[in-house]
Amino acid sequence: MSAYVRRAWMVAWKDVLSERRSKESLNALVFFSLLLLFVFQFALGPERARVEAALPGLLWLGFILSGLLAFGRTFLVERENDCWEGLVLSPGDKSAIYLGKLAGNVLVMILVEVVLLVLFAVFFGLDFTPVLPALAAVLALGTFGLASVGTLFGAITAQMRARELLFPVLLLPAVVPVLLASVSATQTVLAGEPLADAAAWLKLLAAADLVYLVVGVLTFEFVLEG
Amino acid sequence: MIQAEHLRKTYGPTAVLDDVSLELSTGQGLTLLGPNGTGKTTLLRIVATLLRPTSGSLRVAGADALKEPEAVRGAIDMVGHGSWVYEDLSALENLRFWAAMGGHDAGDARLRAALEEVELDASADRRARTFSAGMKRRLALARVLLGRARLLLLDEPFTGLDRAGRKWLSEFLLSFKARGGAIIVATHSFDTGVGVADRVAILAGGRIVLDRPAAALGLEDLRRLYDELAMGPGTAS
Repeated sequence: MSAYVRRAWMVAWKDVLSERRSKESLNALVFFSLLLLFVFQFALGPERARVEAALPGLLWLGFILSGLLAFGRTFLVERENDCWEGLVLSPGDKSAIYLGKLAGNVLVMILVEVVLLVLFAVFFGLDFTPVLPALAAVLALGTFGLASVGTLFGAITAQMRARELLFPVLLLPAVVPVLLASVSATQTVLAGEPLADAAAWLKLLAAADLVYLVVGVLTFEFVLEG
Repeated sequence: MIQAEHLRKTYGPTAVLDDVSLELSTGQGLTLLGPNGTGKTTLLRIVATLLRPTSGSLRVAGADALKEPEAVRGAIDMVGHGSWVYEDLSALENLRFWAAMGGHDAGDARLRAALEEVELDASADRRARTFSAGMKRRLALARVLLGRARLLLLDEPFTGLDRAGRKWLSEFLLSFKARGGAIIVATHSFDTGVGVADRVAILAGGRIVLDRPAAALGLEDLRRLYDELAMGPGTAS
């Protein structure tokens, strides 16, 4: 294993292990998801057609709101006990730290999305199993895009005083292409149409993911150094 | 090891450091004394390449630390106010993480040996959240042992340590120097701080107002000079 991959792996390992033990983010996110579902169910009522029409948007609203909570915390743990300084002083390419953090965030988001999908299925009496492979592909691409920008902006705002305010203000406009493409592709998939029909949106999603990843890798060192 | 010339750091109109020059050779220890807010931490952070000075030059371990910070970082380790400890990892896991990040051998035997050296071997698998401040300081020093640092920067390292902990830390720093390492200790603690120093410097108002060999200063002389230079005439520390 090269030193670069090893360092990225160690950051992801450390974040996942810390989260598994503290469960600070996961507990809050699952509770938040439950609250969100209650609000959605109250707002939409029992009419199935309304639920199905709004479902793609509701799903991604749930994901992005959970992401706002999760990504914003990513680098706060590094401020505790000045661990941030240690990361700055550690030798080698700093983008490995970004990739490790990104991997940890993607994993947390996947867990949250699984929980949200199960809750949606239970609350609204939906069956996702026929479209699960196609839905998983869309979710994977969308989640990666969200996490790529969220991880970078989490690092940028972690050093700011008004970070709770600035983080969503910066993040939400930046993820508009990902959200548009994700919601549209999810709509196609949930309507039971083949994934190929959402090819244009999936291409946009993949391109946005690539751009966000490259920007994150190239700029992270400057962000970390402040 | 360090050649700093005319370092100046300003935040807006306020100069935190002003015309600070210092040299430190391999195997030497420098203790920085000074009241709160006189720039000790700022100076340490500049030497550690965590902060850029507004002007001046700095060479660390033979390289220009301002132009090539990455080149000198392998030679530096730091134990600051925070101890770089992740609260939800065990002592062993913390060491494993930092060893891997520093590109050092992260084998279990080596990590446990480092913990044994700082007398934390019995707590190797305990979460750092349950550690006292002194134990976290020891864990940070175990991290130093794993690296190849030749310059160790310590900010108030004696704070929160009991008498035995202070004695242990002094011995640790003396052995680090004996192995050819250089240290800078920023502290309020006169007796323990000076005990590990070859030179003592006093910072006041962002300037080094005294820099003398420790052997030439008795503790009482130092207290008197500190009161005169750092606290103002007629003040007792």
